[in-house]
Amino acid sequence: MLSLIASILIDGISYGLVLFMVSVGLTVTLGLMRFVNLAHGTFAMVGGYAAATFVTALGLPYVLALILAAAVAGIIAFGLEIALVRRVYARPELDQVLLTIGLVFMGIALSGMIFGNSLVPIRLPEFLRGSTDLGFRSMPTQRFVPLVLGLLSLAGIWLLFERTRFGVKLRATVDNPRAAGELGINTRRVYAAAFAIGAALAGLGGVAGAELLPVEPYYPLKYLVLFLAVVAVGGPGNMAGSFVAAILLGTVETAGKYLAPEFATIALYALMLIVLSWRPEGLFQRSSKT
Amino acid sequence: MKLTKLLLAAAVAAISTAPLMAETVKVGVIGPFSGPFSGSFGEPFRQGVETYVAMNGQPTEDIEVEFIYRDLQAPDPGRARALAQELVARDGVQYLAGFVFTPNAIAAAGISAQAKIPTVIFNASASAVVSQSPYYVRTSNTLPQVSVPTAQNALEKGYRTVVTAVSDYGPGVDAETSFVKAFEAGGGEVLETIRMPLSTTDFGPYLQSIQLQEPDALFVFLPYGPPTYSFVNAYRNNGLDDAGIAFVGTSETQEVDLQSLGEAAIGLETGYFYSAAHESPENEAFKEKLAELFPDAEPNPATVSAFDGTHALYEMIRATEGQPDPDAAIAAISGASWESPRGPITIDAETRDIIQNVYIRVVEQEENGRLVNREIKTYEAQPDYGVQD
Repeated sequence: MLSLIASILIDGISYGLVLFMVSVGLTVTLGLMRFVNLAHGTFAMVGGYAAATFVTALGLPYVLALILAAAVAGIIAFGLEIALVRRVYARPELDQVLLTIGLVFMGIALSGMIFGNSLVPIRLPEFLRGSTDLGFRSMPTQRFVPLVLGLLSLAGIWLLFERTRFGVKLRATVDNPRAAGELGINTRRVYAAAFAIGAALAGLGGVAGAELLPVEPYYPLKYLVLFLAVVAVGGPGNMAGSFVAAILLGTVETAGKYLAPEFATIALYALMLIVLSWRPEGLFQRSSKT
Repeated sequence: MKLTKLLLAAAVAAISTAPLMAETVKVGVIGPFSGPFSGSFGEPFRQGVETYVAMNGQPTEDIEVEFIYRDLQAPDPGRARALAQELVARDGVQYLAGFVFTPNAIAAAGISAQAKIPTVIFNASASAVVSQSPYYVRTSNTLPQVSVPTAQNALEKGYRTVVTAVSDYGPGVDAETSFVKAFEAGGGEVLETIRMPLSTTDFGPYLQSIQLQEPDALFVFLPYGPPTYSFVNAYRNNGLDDAGIAFVGTSETQEVDLQSLGEAAIGLETGYFYSAAHESPENEAFKEKLAELFPDAEPNPATVSAFDGTHALYEMIRATEGQPDPDAAIAAISGASWESPRGPITIDAETRDIIQNVYIRVVEQEENGRLVNREIKTYEAQPDYGVQD
């Protein structure tokens, strides 16, 4: 019994960390920037493909490939922000949905053309392969990647957005773009940077989660609900909220798998239903109001 | 004067070539040529058809086959029926082919039966499919056909207890049912049958709870692509192989996925109907032509099913000399046997379903680093075990 509970917690938390990693970028773009970014998965996929290419074709070490992959996703997002995305910030949410879902379909078609329609694995280095013995059971060694990256990004984002000038500027820009502009904040640049950071985190998540959500052209569409679930349950714009939500969702689904295998996926949606009907704004509401 | 002579010459030329003009037989191929299933099915279908045509030319000197491809991305019975109807009524096809998903194949059966259109099923692998229309023929496989010998092999290897873990959808349930039946009939014990939701991404918890039951082996059935990839990795990384729980699968290591599975796949044992490593001159010729036409293509079970399906179409077209005579066409293919790249196959004279060898294969790494399904044992001439129920 005790080992069952321990197993549920270990697998649940490690799955939750994967969920957090793949949706952390969305917390920035959808949550902090309040931009309805359905193309989040596209940037995660870009990161995944970039890492796979760096490791397989160029033979770069995994950790370096991980960082470069995030950079590639960020740079592509930066370009897209300037060319397309910034035009729809002020427009109704439906326009944002249309633009980003269009980006999703373009991403699917392009990646299918370049990388083929089958999945592309990201080769792990020797030290991340196989399983690690925890004494009473074992767990996949690769799960330490989302664990470490998850905690690092949580801390990094908190520092960046709560403790730096850039964070102040971004929050000011989101809350009142006009006033922020009149106070001398270059709102365009702040938005572009935040969008690129969100996409870079998405790229990081795409690589970190690739063992469970392998990279393939339909990635952005297939897991969209999963990304949105984490952000919605956590409360948009709240990093700690997303973290808690991801762990909670991961643990509940995992408990479902151990205790009632056939209903595991329903457990996740049921939890979403309960949380959102109790708190429609998510578990943790953002303190400052629009 | 000169002009009339020229016209006359032209007229004579036109008349004399007229009888040589080839007659065109149209074949409508329905499959996922775009979308998430195009990589594992749509593209292999087209490659299989085109490879066969490139190797064999036209059926006869004065019959030309025209393939009309229609895109059907997902299980969508209404659309399957509409596409089949459109191909028959508007495009005037004499034959239909393709069909990845069972519901689509069943939905189109009415059209095939009423309009008497001989149809070659390239994939849809539920037992019931072929019996839906008297003009259906299948060149892929059925799930009981591969699951039953796989269960027998598990028993012969001395596995006494098994847990089954399948994706919770039609083919998964079929595979589970026929495996469990055959395994229990042979004296084995099934400790638990787990059906995992299709949207599962983290298989770790399932594998951990299976490990606690300490079975001799684990029978799995998963759809191609991401689920198979995650599952195989989770099987390795949760230490089931070290715990001595054998992996028993069917289509999990098929060629379209095999290279991306990587090292995690080495040593996995599966029972299936085609391995690209099958040693025969037919397979060599097929692989050579495929590589010539499509350098990036993997020879895949779906490619071979379409390749053999095209052979079946050619046989029917030859037997009827390109004329619409559905009953003669079906009579010609029923009971036919030939050597496929996968090995010897027969179309059952009664059921019009395929009879073929099922091979037990183990994944090995070749010197060039590529993974192959090495055939180690053959269950000859396996029928569809589902029909006898």
